Amino acid sequence: MSSPAALAGRGVLRRALRHPSFASGGALTLLLVGVAALSLAWTPHSAYLIQVRQRLLPPSGLHWLGTDTLGRDVLSMLMVGAQNSIMVGVVAVSIGLTAGVALGLLAAARRGWVEEAVMRLADFGFAFPAILLAILFTAVFGPSAVNAIIAIGIFNVPVFARIGRAAANVVWAREFVLAARAAGKGRLRITLEHVLPNILPILVVQATIQFAIAILAEAALSYLGLGTQPPNPSWGRMLNEAQTMIFTAPLLAVFPGIAIALSVLGLNLMGDGLRDLVDPRLARAR
Amino acid sequence: MSLLEVNALRVRLRGPDGPVEAVRGVSFSLDRGQTMGLVGESGCGKSMTALALLGLLPEGGLLHGSVRFEGRELTQLSDRELCRLRGNRIAMVFQEPMTALNPLHSIGRQIAEPLCLHRGLSSEAARGVAGELLHRVGMPDARARLDAYPHQLSGGQRQRALIAMALACEPDLLIADEPTTALDVTIQAQILELIVDLVHERGMALILISHDLGVIAETVERVAVMYAGRIVEMGPVATVFGRLAHPYSRGLFAAIPRIGGGRSGGGRGRLAAIPGRVPDLAALPTGCAFADRCGHAQPVCRLAEPPPLAVGPEHWAACGRLDAVLASDG
Repeated sequence: MSSPAALAGRGVLRRALRHPSFASGGALTLLLVGVAALSLAWTPHSAYLIQVRQRLLPPSGLHWLGTDTLGRDVLSMLMVGAQNSIMVGVVAVSIGLTAGVALGLLAAARRGWVEEAVMRLADFGFAFPAILLAILFTAVFGPSAVNAIIAIGIFNVPVFARIGRAAANVVWAREFVLAARAAGKGRLRITLEHVLPNILPILVVQATIQFAIAILAEAALSYLGLGTQPPNPSWGRMLNEAQTMIFTAPLLAVFPGIAIALSVLGLNLMGDGLRDLVDPRLARAR
Repeated sequence: MSLLEVNALRVRLRGPDGPVEAVRGVSFSLDRGQTMGLVGESGCGKSMTALALLGLLPEGGLLHGSVRFEGRELTQLSDRELCRLRGNRIAMVFQEPMTALNPLHSIGRQIAEPLCLHRGLSSEAARGVAGELLHRVGMPDARARLDAYPHQLSGGQRQRALIAMALACEPDLLIADEPTTALDVTIQAQILELIVDLVHERGMALILISHDLGVIAETVERVAVMYAGRIVEMGPVATVFGRLAHPYSRGLFAAIPRIGGGRSGGGRGRLAAIPGRVPDLAALPTGCAFADRCGHAQPVCRLAEPPPLAVGPEHWAACGRLDAVLASDG
């Protein structure tokens, strides 16, 4: 990837690690990914095994974070749930990034009525409440993790379309693009060779933030019962199931809540840090 | 048939308060090996004329008139056909070497690109040619610089790289839009000399755009003075500078600072300035656009656009009071 940061010199990694929000956010995100990866190979207990006799156990040496209403190990469920969150984030952001950036680049390259059409479509997407869109989508196609991901992905499209177009318009106005046109390059070539690489850093920053939003959205949908279906563990549904037990076993709600909060915080901090590192002018302005 | 024939070229742009006529009927022709300068203030339509030749108007720009290149009408060509001409037969060097190169690509790649695009060269072959070109434009240590990024070069070196890029496909026409304005004076002279040498060496035609009369006088054979979107005076450089005819050209010439006095009044006199401002192109007065700033203006000047009148051989000026202006020399 040829971001300006990568070209700025060898000190980038050191500078990144010294940046407090990037370093702490990166560490939290790494933890999330690490836990999810670990859960593929090992969890303390099965996240699916129901042992009603061991229900609602407090944290102990055997069950570090206790058990839920069906006697499942909470830590194991959280670990497997991390896989779910990451998968939702990656796929939904990829959908939004691919379709949205393509539309945004098209709008910036063609201008005129194409740009108008794409942007009005994006306005429409923005005006429509995301959760409502997701509920609508799952109501039509049935609740499932896949449908939740698609719904969140669709919600991401206008975000990337707008930011892609705005950033691309700035690049199109630069003199080196005029020079490239004077050298005989077509719009597609200029878009791929000059515009896209120059807006990549902005897109990466936005993708990180959208990733966090996607995790939140998935938790919300699962909480409503529209996302991941049982028995697959999901942080949102763990929250939902803990709700009825909030006075007898409050910790059941606390743990998935902390997991969601830390993941979102980590990704947001990392996004903020990335933005500072990519555009030092913004960092100084603070 | 000339290499380039521009006839009654008009460019209308979308301005914040309605359409703006940036170029209002520019005509000239140019042959291989000929050099021409376009001179005038900022906003007089010099750059827009150049961009119009390449079909690179800004969003919403409209073009009227005729631009014939080797007899082909460029205004009728499709975008695809224009792309095949740009950078290949007609090349352009831009004003800001700091911004005209993509910061993310090595200059070797940027010079090689037109060769791959128009000549179908492999990237290795193009790289070889790019190395030679960089050497020709006087880049020190040319081959090693192929992998340098724009931020690693000085302004003069970047302009050399841009010239190499423009020359890559051996164009017939080179348009240089203020190629030295962003450079140090010492570097300016070197770059101009390089451009002139290359034009003679390859038999190209050159259109040099500048607001600097000194640059024009030293570099080109023919000069066209532009004001408010029109050519107001044109002719061979020696003839024109020997006998400036249009009041605007005279004002422009008088506004050049000279060391050691010699200005109007001599000694520590004030720098002569043209009174008034460039008229708003969106609301031009009828008649001569310069009339409001002109010391020779008479009511007749405000009635109609003055036609070009001969001053000398191949030298004309569009001034309705030409006789009075020339007579005022005493």
